[in-house]
Amino acid sequence: MLSIFQYDFMQRAFIVGMLIAIITPCIGVIIVLKRLSMIGDSLSHNSLAGVAAGLAFGLNPVFGAMIFSVIAAFGIERIRKSFPKYSEIAIAVIMSTGIGLAGVLSGFVKNSASFSSFLFGSIVAITDFELYMVIGLSIVVLLAVILLYKELFYITFDEESARLAGIPVRAVNFMFTLLTAVTISIAARTVGTLVISSLMILPVAASMQIAKSYKQTVVFAVVFSIMFTVSGLYISYYANFKPGGTIVIVGVISLVSILFYNNIVSKVFLKRLVKPDCQKY
Amino acid sequence: MGKIIEADNLNFGYSERLILKNISFSVDKGDFLGIIGANGSGKSTLIKLMLKILIPFSGDIKLLGENINCFKKWDKVGYVSQKVNSFNGGFPATVEEIVGANLFSKIGLFKLPKKQHKEMVYHALDKVNMQDYGKRLIGNLSGGQQQRVFIARVLVSEPEILFLDEPTVGIDAKSEEAVYCLLARLNRELGLTIVMVTHDIGAITVHANRLICLGQNGLFEHKPEDGMTNEFVSELYGFGVNLHIHDCKNCRK
Repeated sequence: MLSIFQYDFMQRAFIVGMLIAIITPCIGVIIVLKRLSMIGDSLSHNSLAGVAAGLAFGLNPVFGAMIFSVIAAFGIERIRKSFPKYSEIAIAVIMSTGIGLAGVLSGFVKNSASFSSFLFGSIVAITDFELYMVIGLSIVVLLAVILLYKELFYITFDEESARLAGIPVRAVNFMFTLLTAVTISIAARTVGTLVISSLMILPVAASMQIAKSYKQTVVFAVVFSIMFTVSGLYISYYANFKPGGTIVIVGVISLVSILFYNNIVSKVFLKRLVKPDCQKY
Repeated sequence: MGKIIEADNLNFGYSERLILKNISFSVDKGDFLGIIGANGSGKSTLIKLMLKILIPFSGDIKLLGENINCFKKWDKVGYVSQKVNSFNGGFPATVEEIVGANLFSKIGLFKLPKKQHKEMVYHALDKVNMQDYGKRLIGNLSGGQQQRVFIARVLVSEPEILFLDEPTVGIDAKSEEAVYCLLARLNRELGLTIVMVTHDIGAITVHANRLICLGQNGLFEHKPEDGMTNEFVSELYGFGVNLHIHDCKNCRK
């Protein structure tokens, strides 16, 4: 079972995978509870445009993804202010922009194989520079999420009251938008731009099925995310599957299993509780 | 008693339509002030102006003797909105987590809560008789219980003024009465100044010591001891009203 770690590239894959698995649900919890689940998709499509721009103009593609993702995240926030009750309009507009730009810029990329590797990720083929960048940025994101834990919780639950309580809502929202964009762009290299939003949402969805508090929701989401990533990497190694896609499929199967289990248990439990006493009537 | 809220000549409107015209009033420390009036008369708007959520076209507001534009002591001001109708009932947060969230001013930015903060949460829940519900998910409580939790959330930061915007909307009559009794007790025992927007004239006339009415002709004050008449309320709301004053034996002052 540990033979997988004899290879240097698998050791790196596990380090990067674990870091991404820890930070994505921390961001994902807030996104899901703010009912902005599709924001991950929107930003990841823009990060793909950034990858294309990076490859086309000789920049580091992950750096390109980060710049495009950050601009897109602030674009969503700006458009949301114009349509305060219709957040999905902002997400759709920015997603379309990202898809359009990715399509156009990909035409300038000479090495199409390199561009394709960003679609579904290439966690087993990351360079030293990318490894250090993921480690550094993951530590920054994790520290920020821990330090802003109570502020993010209150803003997510009730932004107006959070403002009245003295929380610098605009500054915290700005920080969170930045963290989301950074997380998506660094995860794009590993699990892929097309599957990153699933990794943000699936562990949170599974966690919300069993958690009994906000704190538990965050902790369980991180645990689920690590489980999905480790299982996905093992399966992909032995079955020769793409790691990014396998991690997501493991997540989907786990979520469906939890939903199925919860439904069966609650139905059986409820049937026992509400046994009609027919003779009484 | 010192003036805790002073509003002078306020004007405000939406889309160039003036809702509040030359509104002036003041609130003394320890007052329980009820604000009544028909829908669209500007009751909630008035509260939002007091909380600086909205900015008046003209006029001045002072909170705790300080102009609202320079006011920094927001931890001394509590606000309870119509949350029962508007908050996300599926939000996975416990009662303790929600009440504790309002301790930001006591804990500070980037810091984690300590044991003393957990005790403050417990005491706030104790004040609203919800101390046994700390570990429960907010979505699993009844409307009345949720509203008591939201009142505990503002009490935890030990405010001097409590603003409530129709806090009993969407909850049953028994829970509504419990909320009114709780507010009356907090006003009486803790000396908390309360400003409450409501349509429940029958209940507010029993509990409030002052009433201001917002109508088409602006704001005017009505002393509860003068009593409410069907004619007065009908004129205020613009149609025939039969008034039933609550007989709250358990918590009458």
